[in-house]
Amino acid sequence: MSKPRRERRSVTGVEAVGPYALVRVGRGGLDKGAPGQFFMLEAPGHVLPRPMSLCLAPRGELGFLVDPVGPGTRALAALRPGDRLHIFGPLGNGFRVDVPRPLLVGGGIGIAPLPFLADALPSAPALLGFRSAHHAEAALLVRNAEVVIDPVLVTDAMPPGHDVLACGPEPMLEAIRAISPSAQLAWEAPMACGYGACYGCVVEVEGELKRLCVEGPVLCFS
Amino acid sequence: MNASGCLDALIAPDVARGLDTFVTKTVTPEPRAGNPPTRIAEIEFGMLNSIGLANPGREAFIAETLPRLASTIDIPIWVSVGGFCARDYVETCEQLARDDVACIELNLSCPNVDEAPESAAEIVAACRAATANPLYAKLSAHSSDLGETVRAVESAGADGISLINTLRGVALDAQLAPRLARGAGGYSGPALKPVALGAVLAARRATQLPIVGMGGMQSGRDVLELIACGATHAALGTVLFADPDAPARIRAELTDECARAGFASPADAFGVALGNVANLAN
Repeated sequence: MSKPRRERRSVTGVEAVGPYALVRVGRGGLDKGAPGQFFMLEAPGHVLPRPMSLCLAPRGELGFLVDPVGPGTRALAALRPGDRLHIFGPLGNGFRVDVPRPLLVGGGIGIAPLPFLADALPSAPALLGFRSAHHAEAALLVRNAEVVIDPVLVTDAMPPGHDVLACGPEPMLEAIRAISPSAQLAWEAPMACGYGACYGCVVEVEGELKRLCVEGPVLCFS
Repeated sequence: MNASGCLDALIAPDVARGLDTFVTKTVTPEPRAGNPPTRIAEIEFGMLNSIGLANPGREAFIAETLPRLASTIDIPIWVSVGGFCARDYVETCEQLARDDVACIELNLSCPNVDEAPESAAEIVAACRAATANPLYAKLSAHSSDLGETVRAVESAGADGISLINTLRGVALDAQLAPRLARGAGGYSGPALKPVALGAVLAARRATQLPIVGMGGMQSGRDVLELIACGATHAALGTVLFADPDAPARIRAELTDECARAGFASPADAFGVALGNVANLAN
């Protein structure tokens, strides 16, 4: 596994993708890591950085899909080319891609790690769920994607017999786990450090507390 | 050094090696999974946490964690000890009489768990009778008369004082519900710096014991001010979350700040603010 590094990098571009912002930064000496791993991005004007899974890894760049829902993510989405920020990563454990029948499933901003994952699994089908057609514009980032929009849920449309690799809101992950107990699921929690120092990013699954930054964010329960 | 709870040297040994001393997360008699999520929330000028002293319990800590720490890092290890009554603290101190424990820091001020019924001084006195290890008392800035508390724990046998712990606070979401599952949490980050400086100054007026100062330290300038208020050691907390390279950065900045302020070394700045801040109440 590649060693995480912390570097101050320049923003190379920010594009709107539906309601989201795709923030690109120069890669410098940072390793892109494995699909599902994440980076801590300095949020200008904020005490804590924000964890973002890598969305795209074009040559010389790292791309992050940001949903501007809070003060920190709004600060990230407001970055402009040339702005500089500290980036630390890659961190955590990503998806295992050595599965025979992969199916990528994403919900909302949870599609963020799937474009990079699809690069590693180019022939895998993908199923993405969004709350509106505007949000679903982000489906363009994932090749081979079938899209469902609320009130249709990804679990209504999931074909059986696949090895599911999924990221999305907690109710979606729990619903997928009920159908597909061996699914690899990428979880989300507020994080302070991203490297195992603060013990803040636990999620409770089956009565057990898991620290996402060192045990996840991708967890598999069987 | 680090503030207890802000670093796990087994997971991030390279960060720990940048410090002069490593302080463990607080050890309690029984294992604790900690509080349920959500445990952290960034707020204005800092963050709230309600980790809740997650730790393996003293038996597993002494049998497994401590030997692994001692073989992983070669800096002095301070063990933070917590409990819910004086007996909890005493029994853990008795079991920590080992060469690989450089100091015991009694956590007498965690805002995220129920407090022991005894006073800080009573707990220090009971632990003093139980261990020959150096004993530091980690106190809260919430104390109504900090100087009095400092004098009391010194009389009880403390070898040093650690100041400050996080301050209890609440953050609400858009629906006016608490953002942390436990409701309240400990407030840390840059906003605490003036509180830490004031507490260290008040403690320094009350004692000649060593003082570990902490709270809102982000830069070499912050640490220089802490030393000027009478701290003999500085600990880093929340800054380590955002910047794991902070120990080396702050060390270099401190050297530069000393030169800028006309001091040959940080030791030369020790306590200089005491003469400048007259009549500081508490």
